[in-house]
Amino acid sequence: MKNFHVAIIGGGVIGSAIAWELSKYKVNTVVFEMGSDVASGMTKANSGVIHSGINSATDSLKARFCVEGNKMLQSLSKQLGFPLKMVGKYVIAKNEEETKELERLIKIGEDNEVPGLEIKDGSEVKRKEPNVPCYKALWVPTAGIMQPYEFTIALAENAAINNVNFLLETKVKNIQKKGDNFLIKTNKGEFQSQIIVNAAGLNCGEIVSMLEEPDFNVYPCRGEYLVLDKNYSNLINSMIYPVPPKELGVLGVHITPTIEGNILLGPSAEFIDDAEEKRTTKEMMKTLFNEAKEIIPTLPEKAVINAYSGIRCKLASPKEGGWADYRIEESKQTPGLINLLGIESPGLTGAPAIAKEITRMISKSIELKTKTDFKTRKIIKKRFAEMTAKEQSDLIKKDERYGRIVCRCEHITEAEIIQALSNPIGAQTLSSVKYRCRAGMGRCQGGFCTQHIVRIMEEQFKIDVNKMKLKSPDSNLFDGRTR
Amino acid sequence: MVEHGRKMINLNADVAIIGGGPAGLAAAISAHENGAKNVIVLDRNSWLGGILPQCIHDGFGVEETGTSMTGPEYAEMYIKAARKKGINFMNETMVLQFDKNRKIIAVNKKGLHEIKAKSIVLAMGCREKTRWNIMIPGDRPSGIYTAGVAQAFINLYNIMVGKNVVILGSGDVGLIMARRLKFEGANVLGVVEILPYASGLPRNVVQCLDDYDIPLYLNHTVTYVKGKERLESVTIAQVDEKMNIIPGTEREIKCDTLLLSLGLIPENELSKNVKIELDDLTGGPIINQSFETSLSGVFACGNCLQVYDTVDTLSMDAKVAGENAAKKSVKQNKFINVKAGKGIRYVVPQRINEPGKIHFTLRVEKPCESPTLHVISDGIELLKKKLPWANPANTVEFDIDISAEVVKYKDLEVILDD
Repeated sequence: MKNFHVAIIGGGVIGSAIAWELSKYKVNTVVFEMGSDVASGMTKANSGVIHSGINSATDSLKARFCVEGNKMLQSLSKQLGFPLKMVGKYVIAKNEEETKELERLIKIGEDNEVPGLEIKDGSEVKRKEPNVPCYKALWVPTAGIMQPYEFTIALAENAAINNVNFLLETKVKNIQKKGDNFLIKTNKGEFQSQIIVNAAGLNCGEIVSMLEEPDFNVYPCRGEYLVLDKNYSNLINSMIYPVPPKELGVLGVHITPTIEGNILLGPSAEFIDDAEEKRTTKEMMKTLFNEAKEIIPTLPEKAVINAYSGIRCKLASPKEGGWADYRIEESKQTPGLINLLGIESPGLTGAPAIAKEITRMISKSIELKTKTDFKTRKIIKKRFAEMTAKEQSDLIKKDERYGRIVCRCEHITEAEIIQALSNPIGAQTLSSVKYRCRAGMGRCQGGFCTQHIVRIMEEQFKIDVNKMKLKSPDSNLFDGRTR
Repeated sequence: MVEHGRKMINLNADVAIIGGGPAGLAAAISAHENGAKNVIVLDRNSWLGGILPQCIHDGFGVEETGTSMTGPEYAEMYIKAARKKGINFMNETMVLQFDKNRKIIAVNKKGLHEIKAKSIVLAMGCREKTRWNIMIPGDRPSGIYTAGVAQAFINLYNIMVGKNVVILGSGDVGLIMARRLKFEGANVLGVVEILPYASGLPRNVVQCLDDYDIPLYLNHTVTYVKGKERLESVTIAQVDEKMNIIPGTEREIKCDTLLLSLGLIPENELSKNVKIELDDLTGGPIINQSFETSLSGVFACGNCLQVYDTVDTLSMDAKVAGENAAKKSVKQNKFINVKAGKGIRYVVPQRINEPGKIHFTLRVEKPCESPTLHVISDGIELLKKKLPWANPANTVEFDIDISAEVVKYKDLEVILDD
């Protein structure tokens, strides 16, 4: 049986950020992820927004980690090589009454020490955002965007090259406290650990209940999104938010540019019974479009090219208003169990700050000595498609696989596919490739490159076709050979 | 790519052809036969023939040669002919861009190439519409394939995509895949088509569905996709004449695979990049009677020009494009438009700038019995032709002698009276 100092349950952005933070120290860490890759739950499906801290009550953990995380992300982006853009956001008011709401947000923001907040006239907004008519707007310069999965992959892979163990497709089934240690039973065998970090997202309650009676409930709240074609990226320059709706503790349907040049419309907010119901619905697709059209009246219907949904992990029911603060604490009943409960927005922004906090908590029971051989690797080097001709020629001379374009829509080369499949955490689904190098993300949605990626998986990585997956343990792509 | 360095491999061509599928091969042969000595065909794949090698059913070449061939046989016929002529093929070579002066930048494992071409023939083919072109709501499981991708896996790699299959869309690829999957032992639970008629060729409906008792659900569509990991079921429902779902007609079909045969989109990213004018109706470049696009010296043929019914007519047109590419290009400054009027979805060519006998291809809006086709210029009827029937699945072709007078002044309008 393998023994660890720290077992992190969940390889989302929170678990991965904690893993990376711990990888700086001489401590033996494992991450159990039930999906086939990191970032496969809540982390994958959200707006990808770097929040400023104007939306959470002062003195809340949400506000504190959001503001702290926001300050850390820019240098992390340079260090780990995931892109981000501080595009800023406008919260728009349609009339005088909504303007009062902007003033309330400014007050919270200033209390939370969010810099640069300003109320602008509609005419001024129009100059920057010609497609967004409004009465007044709150300008938030410290808000930005990133790809949540790129950030998480960067954290996880850097943790892995610094000896954190990532066990994918590993579901924790049972935990028992045995003396000073936890005995953790999974579908991949038994493990022991001194500390458990419960970063299981929507499953945080399930993990707690393996050890004690949870004193909280998780209320899953679905958010659906629409994705617009890159051809429409000029519609907006910054993020555009309505004033937040009064109920449900959410921010309302907003319009968000992405790093890749698409635009997101959403999310909706719908409390559901089953946290697994990550579906999109025809009704909500219509509603999202209509609500977005209230912000951008010229929004063309044919611009929509994709839809997805994600689930928020809320600790407050709709009756209770839907808003509750995070709970980040060591269990009083079960010492050594560190719980991260109800980590929803702005959890992506707060992740690096939360990871520091958890590390401080762990250092109380385990001495954390700094590693001298800590390595940093930029996860996303320049893509072939973004290089100069000279850089491209030089690379092909070194490795001819750069001269073979596999994904024709995004111009991704065979060398880049192979790098993606050789990642240090061993994630090898079709989505793992897509999220690491963008192959399959373009116009044809994998129509041309899937067969070539499958061939590379089979010939160069010796993966059996029956074991090839789209994204999760049972999402098989194929059904054997033809007869 | 950001800038051009000096490390390019430089090449020259009389005619450079982008795409080595059936259109590119036919254009290459014809360009060579018409005097172009140095013809280069650039293709991304490691093979020639484009999509043909995965089309192992027969029926290719009947109109053109009188013999029914399989896709690979048909391709082989052209590849052999092209090799005999000494046409230069560059496989595993991706064209990244070309400019207004017909300078092509392409990449392969030897490095970056700069190819200066006297003319260019676009023969990039097309891609398939996906789930998201029609925004089917639901989960995002594995087991949803476009029909062409499934065909490639089965026919080129011997990999089965699934056991219990529903096919959405009755285009030709979908119909042919229904039969192919049946041969491989899969349960084909039905072909679902939103229109009141099949969108593939009538012969394929008989030979691929009727002969194998595969049900065709006309006026139906898939309204929901379910499956947390692998596809578990699809919901189909009936639609009214306005294509709205009729409530209460929803029916869940358990299946593990959904094939999408929703239609094809001409591939024109390279054309867009150099601002060649495209026709919204065909999805391909606007061309004149010589298959020349709005960019002088650049010609278009094959499925990147318009989606053809059969490879036979595609090849015949591509040969004309290749022939013109080998000759000097026509000055484009004055032309008349050919407009798709009532009852017509599109007409090719869209422009005429030289008088003569001109070959037209069109697609009608909807099926009809014994309609009359009219071609009108300034109130004068240039052609009136009674058709036995018309169907959007089959293109209509006709020739007209266009006089110098007409070319000087008047746009043409093509209409269909039913």
